[in-house]
Amino acid sequence: MTLQPLPSVNDDTAAFWEGGVDGRLHIHRCQACRVWFHPPSPVCPDCLSLDVAPESPSGRATVAAYSINVQPWIPGMVVPYVVGVVTLDDAPGVQLTTRFVDVDPSAMAVGLAVEVIFEQVEDVYLPLFRPASEHAEGAAI
Amino acid sequence: MSRYLGLRIGERDAVIAGIGRSKVGRKLGRTGLSLSVEAALAAIADAGLSRDDIDGLSTYPGQFDASPGMSPNGTADVQDALRLKLNWFSGGAETPAQLGAVFNAVAAVSAGLANHVLVFRTVTESSAQTATRRASVVGSGSARVGGIMQWMVPFQAVSAANWIGSYAQRYMHDYGLTREQLAEIPLNQRRHAQLYSEAIFRDPLTLDDYLNARMVSWPLGLYDCDVPCDGSCAVVVSRADAAPDLKQVVRIQAIGSALTGRNSWDQRADLTETAAHDCAPMMWARTDLKPADVDTAQLYDGFSFLTITWLEALGFFPQGEAGSWLSAGESRIGLGGELPLNTNGGQLSGGRLHGYGYLYEACAQLRGEADGRQVEGAEVAVVAAGGGPLGGCMLLTKDR
Repeated sequence: MTLQPLPSVNDDTAAFWEGGVDGRLHIHRCQACRVWFHPPSPVCPDCLSLDVAPESPSGRATVAAYSINVQPWIPGMVVPYVVGVVTLDDAPGVQLTTRFVDVDPSAMAVGLAVEVIFEQVEDVYLPLFRPASEHAEGAAI
Repeated sequence: MSRYLGLRIGERDAVIAGIGRSKVGRKLGRTGLSLSVEAALAAIADAGLSRDDIDGLSTYPGQFDASPGMSPNGTADVQDALRLKLNWFSGGAETPAQLGAVFNAVAAVSAGLANHVLVFRTVTESSAQTATRRASVVGSGSARVGGIMQWMVPFQAVSAANWIGSYAQRYMHDYGLTREQLAEIPLNQRRHAQLYSEAIFRDPLTLDDYLNARMVSWPLGLYDCDVPCDGSCAVVVSRADAAPDLKQVVRIQAIGSALTGRNSWDQRADLTETAAHDCAPMMWARTDLKPADVDTAQLYDGFSFLTITWLEALGFFPQGEAGSWLSAGESRIGLGGELPLNTNGGQLSGGRLHGYGYLYEACAQLRGEADGRQVEGAEVAVVAAGGGPLGGCMLLTKDR
């Protein structure tokens, strides 16, 4: 349990919500035209192909927007915490709302490089993001 | 604008024949139905009609129990309480935001399904609020959340303050908007609330008060968030040639109900834009009037930043220039300014009537009945409600 509701998982969304068990993101991609899309659905939003399946882009992302939440909306909530939207570096056009962890709120910035880290609650693996590690940034070396 | 070619401007078939408001306040301790009936009877009487004339009923978002006080009653209990004999009715949330219930009523009248549609919107969010239960927190008390809310709520982004705060921050990043400039919106609304005895918060508010208030979700502080209240607004949408009193009718010049962007809070390519940026072009494509013709604007301020998105989308300033435009302050958006904005105090100071306070105020202004806060010679008003993927706007004109 978390203080706030967990997602209700169905066949369309199971890969996204439960796939993080392997430590990777699972984002829907058209197998015909190769476009990434989110939220997951049974049809490609571009070419309308029904041949769609989750694939794993890297967990690297860039902060597009954020807000430092100070209000304890639900009794027991630990504040402050930072929420916002990231764009996935290797799945163009896909944006995820998320919570940022391991970051000083004052260090948050649009354009900050972040990487995914999963938090398991029951059957769900929530994709959270933290500042990108040296390793992630230097992965090409 | 080619996507709008060939569409009939059916909203000219309908008028707003009457308006009504219940008592509006904090913790009134009354049921939603009691408030709904008060507003409904006031609107019917104002239109010069009787209960038996009402043959249509419309509301937003219908009875809605998932968020405390958000919409305590729908069409069913209002129809039954007033024993309305209806040819058509509708209540639901999947419309172009709050004003969607008005658009539905206009469509029903234009289609000939009804002659006089009572439209109402009722909230009891103030009474619903307790020490441990807040209004407008998505999924409160439930274990799982589906639909588009599942993409935000599990990450503790449980309030619209979190989502809209994020986009406000991005706007600040992209265009240099400051909190001092953003403050012009709540400060303006508070000045207007002081002129209106029915507004909820009427004490003077200074920039220091604004900047020193507690933060809610950066960059949105206490005074960037509207005031939960109890109350109901109603209007009667009538067939233009069936309205009893043509001297007071308000004409519906154009509606903007488009959502051409993603139906999502977080997938829009430009996160500083909202459904407002889809609705406004549609509305302007359906009229010869221009932004410069607008005498007063009644624009959604559930959060201060949303007013900026509406002002920008409607073309009152070029994209990104909210900060410098707002810096003119009272001479820009005050009662004597070039675009008097939210003359009833908006939702920030007047109370969160969830879209319908703006509609009531725009009609009052066009009818010349806004005592103490009247925009002299007001003939054209724009009304808009919504944020994120929710949006709807209307251009209203005085009967001529």
